[in-house]
Amino acid sequence: MNTMNSGLANKTETPEPAVLTPQEKPMDDAGLRGKTVGTPFADNAKFTLRDVEVFYGETQAIKGISLDIAKNEVISFIGPSGCGKSTFLRCLNRMNDSIDICRVKGTLELDGQNIYDPKRDVVELRARVGMVFQKPNPFPKSIYDNVAYGPRIHGLANRKSELDEMVESSLRSAGLWNEVKDRLHMPGTGLSGGQQQRLCIARAIAVSPEVVLMDEPCSALDPIATARIEELISELSQSYTIIIVTHSMQQAARVSNRTAYFHLGHLVEVNETNKVFTSPQHDLTESYITGRFG
Amino acid sequence: MNNAMSQKEIVRKSLKRRYRKEQRFKFYGILAIVIALSALVILFADIIGKGYTGFIKTTVTLEVQLDPEVMYLEDPTDAEAFSMADFKAPLVVALENQVSDATGKTAQRALGQLLNTYAANQLRDAVKADPGIMGTTQTMTFLAHDDVSVYVKHGDDPTYTVKLSEQQQAWVDQLVEAGVIENSFNDVFFSNGDSREPANAGVLGAIVGSLLTMLVTLLLSFPIGVAAAIYLEEFAPQNKLTDFIEVNINNLAAVPSIIFGLLGLAVFINLFGMPRSVPVVGGLVLTLMTLPTIIISSRAAIKSVPPSIREAAEGIGASKMQVVLHHVLPLALPGMLTGSIIGMAQALGETAPLLLIGMVAFIVDVPDGLFDSATVLPVQIFLWAGSPELAFIERASAAIMVLLAFLISMNAIAIWLRRRLERRW
Repeated sequence: MNTMNSGLANKTETPEPAVLTPQEKPMDDAGLRGKTVGTPFADNAKFTLRDVEVFYGETQAIKGISLDIAKNEVISFIGPSGCGKSTFLRCLNRMNDSIDICRVKGTLELDGQNIYDPKRDVVELRARVGMVFQKPNPFPKSIYDNVAYGPRIHGLANRKSELDEMVESSLRSAGLWNEVKDRLHMPGTGLSGGQQQRLCIARAIAVSPEVVLMDEPCSALDPIATARIEELISELSQSYTIIIVTHSMQQAARVSNRTAYFHLGHLVEVNETNKVFTSPQHDLTESYITGRFG
Repeated sequence: MNNAMSQKEIVRKSLKRRYRKEQRFKFYGILAIVIALSALVILFADIIGKGYTGFIKTTVTLEVQLDPEVMYLEDPTDAEAFSMADFKAPLVVALENQVSDATGKTAQRALGQLLNTYAANQLRDAVKADPGIMGTTQTMTFLAHDDVSVYVKHGDDPTYTVKLSEQQQAWVDQLVEAGVIENSFNDVFFSNGDSREPANAGVLGAIVGSLLTMLVTLLLSFPIGVAAAIYLEEFAPQNKLTDFIEVNINNLAAVPSIIFGLLGLAVFINLFGMPRSVPVVGGLVLTLMTLPTIIISSRAAIKSVPPSIREAAEGIGASKMQVVLHHVLPLALPGMLTGSIIGMAQALGETAPLLLIGMVAFIVDVPDGLFDSATVLPVQIFLWAGSPELAFIERASAAIMVLLAFLISMNAIAIWLRRRLERRW
């Protein structure tokens, strides 16, 4: 495990001598580029992503990834820290736009429309592709206002009663309604960590997005809150396409239909979740899921 | 094992040394605070000790016999006779009745000096308002001369008696005994503008001038400063130009204020031909001076808004404008307001730039508006502190107290606003 890491960290080192075990193989770019194993493509694609490259200034964070994300599937992105899974996720609703030095190349389409078309309205995109963040980040406003914010700015509700309904149904979908129905006007920041994260999910689904991106949504939560969120993800998968970045392989195994393994900006393997975890096709995937590094 | 023991020993020794160091450090800190606090206490004690008498006025209450013969005024409706009449004589006569051994012209003159210069004018105005009082005896209250006032307030202190002769001092003592001369709260100080006569001088003109100037400063510098901060933090691209602007704003904050006065003189008065000594120009100059402070503190406040809130709003599809207006601004507002009020407090105490744009003029009237000649509190203090009369010195100290009261209340408002608007997340 350690040998592997040091080998990765020093990419400039001269190639290793002759016989190597799989996990000690030098990871040169040419070996992984565009050679995703498994089933990266789907027939009913929500997102069509081809040769995606992302640069932070001079550094390339994503090195040519092609992937389809199907309608109403739950796909999880796994991989060691710094492998680009969060960066890739944030391309899907252009959250990287606010980083000046970030550039995105390649084809990224949502329902056949280019996401990075300069004429495309990013506000409309984000209304369709919602996001839940690593750390629960409710607004310092009441629970009600937190959930109602999205519908309000997009003008989804014409009347107060309509808005009330939206807030209630979103909170119900997020499994939070029974806990907060009596204190809707208390600050959202007063809830527990797990409740806050469910509030954030309620806030994201209040604008009825088609896709929900989740960037390590449980990493700041205890196991019980995590279990609650995972349950919620399974329920939400009925109506939304969910893309989840996670560090927990158990979580990926529990919630997702497909799992994508990222490595140093490459997409190494994509497959049915059970296939990835029971019979990985790539050496790197196997090393990672068996805990030999990561 | 042996080795480990000695290591423990070394650690214990070094611990002792570290604790001593910590103790010393604490002591230095306490010493610094004591020095700072005692400076403050000395300052306050000095100002209050010298200035509290500024809030006391000395009045002379007299039974004035309005004798037409003494006043050379037979017909008060005759304008010419009125202008020639002697309104001081009845006052001197009234004083003569109250004191012993005042005979002869010299004594009368010396007696007359106990009254404020404007006492005769006060009597004239009373007669003008109601000519019917001629020939009657009226009980009227006049301000005492400032030298009398100073003597009454500081009788025992020899430095405060030099202006009065032995004879005059004796009279004043008699008059105080008789209850003719009395001390009371100095309402004149808060209802008058400046005056040549210390007893008539007040801070109202300066307070109104300061308020008008601050109004202009606030109305200009807060919106401009906040807008600039928001643009620079949220919308401006990161490049050489914005770096240059940032460096220059920081430099501007360090420019001596008198330079802003020169700029105001050159640009607003000489180039744009605006009038001198008016609150508008003063406000404009102070705006230039306050802007960097407000921009810097507002930017710091915007920076301290957690990025997670911004991301959350962006993630739902809020536009840049909505993120700023709905989330960044409310969270940054307490910091912005605090910075602005501190900037305003700084501007309120500013003298140098205002001297250059003519707000140092001697202005008796309370200003009516933004384009009326005015002076401000610190300049008024500067003017009085430079006057030779002892009574002006105590008024300067009193005016300092008024200024400090304004500054302290502004800071209190800043703290209150911050507590009030601060939200936790």
